[in-house]
Amino acid sequence: MTPESKTLAFQATALAGGALLLSTVSVMTRAAPAPAAASVEIANFTFKAPVVTVKPGTTITWTNADDIPHTVTSSAGLFKSKVLDSGEKFSFTFAKSGQFGYFCSLHPHMTGSVIVKA
Amino acid sequence: MLDDMGDDLGGGRRGFLKCMAWAGTGALFAFEGGIGSSIGLDAALAAPAKHMVTQPFTFAQISDSHIGFNKPPNADARATFREAIAKVKALPHRPDFVIHTGDVSQLSRDEEFDDAEQMLKELGLPVFFVPGEHDMLDPDGGKAFLSRFGKGSQGAGWYSFDHRGVHFVALVNVADLKPGGMGNLGAAQLKWLKSDLAARPSSQPIVVFAHIPLWTVYADWGWGTDDSAEALKLLARFGSVTVLNGHIHQITQKVEGRVAFHTARSTAFPQPAPGTAPSPGPLKVPPEKLHGMLGITDALFVRGHDRIALIDSTLIA
Repeated sequence: MTPESKTLAFQATALAGGALLLSTVSVMTRAAPAPAAASVEIANFTFKAPVVTVKPGTTITWTNADDIPHTVTSSAGLFKSKVLDSGEKFSFTFAKSGQFGYFCSLHPHMTGSVIVKA
Repeated sequence: MLDDMGDDLGGGRRGFLKCMAWAGTGALFAFEGGIGSSIGLDAALAAPAKHMVTQPFTFAQISDSHIGFNKPPNADARATFREAIAKVKALPHRPDFVIHTGDVSQLSRDEEFDDAEQMLKELGLPVFFVPGEHDMLDPDGGKAFLSRFGKGSQGAGWYSFDHRGVHFVALVNVADLKPGGMGNLGAAQLKWLKSDLAARPSSQPIVVFAHIPLWTVYADWGWGTDDSAEALKLLARFGSVTVLNGHIHQITQKVEGRVAFHTARSTAFPQPAPGTAPSPGPLKVPPEKLHGMLGITDALFVRGHDRIALIDSTLIA
């Protein structure tokens, strides 16, 4: 084998290795869990799941199914949706553990809570 | 008949009572008359000049116009608001002014406020407003409403004015609502109310208006005001207090001591009676029933006869 052909063989191996590495990364990416999500419907002037328990990083989406607008407003000022007309949605991702109360700022007797724990 | 009523109202108590009998649905409350002193805001300056009472006067209440609402049972809340305005214009006596007890708009959008304002201009009368929770939905939490309808008011939009010896107090109970609560006046407004009433003689008739009822109609639906008892305590020494509210889109009334409470119909859509539906959402009545469940309130002061009358009428001609 000439020095030149040795180099080529090495390059071929390196390429194959690189391809293998790439495909491994790709498999790992696919295997990772999808971002957690949960949903809460707003209907009949109530948050239909008044207490939701999720893992950190979960995104919760509220959907207003009423004919009357509502909001999703954190009691502690952590988040506040704009006014949600019929069919409109609001999402918030809960990164940290804890209990997070919220209410509708138009109809404050409507309350709900999100419990985030690992 | 309307002409008869017109003659009667100017013609003394007997005629007035006849008018009440004709009205049928009105509530009649006794009160002790009094002479008002003068205090005013920009809004009050727009009202007709105040002078000593020798003639009866009326004012009209409209409420919950929800301009922009377009779902069952009312595809066009603008149209029914226009009908309500025509109804006010057709009253047998031209009211001195109109009060709008909130939820002017559905979503606090500029075009909703603008349409309401333009339509109300057709009345050619001063209009006094308080916001409803639907009027607080702009990103600045009510500034769009206040800049248009609350000039000269204080805090979240409260104010008072005198008219022909009667003291009118406009309260706001839809701002800064608390989780799990109902309507809320708040400490700052109660402090203002105390000082507003302090120098007034107990004999002066008082009319208080606010969006959410100032007594608990139905707590499960948030139909009440958490700290209304504190306001009512300040009003307790007065001989005649009339409390006018909206929010619940139906007539309810109650007399407690010398305080008469009344809620007006909406001009947009009815809501169910307390506890008769899964939620307080719009009552989806068939089209032929809608106009019979929307309406206005006409308030008549007959000074010297110790009477205030509230007459509710629907949009059915």
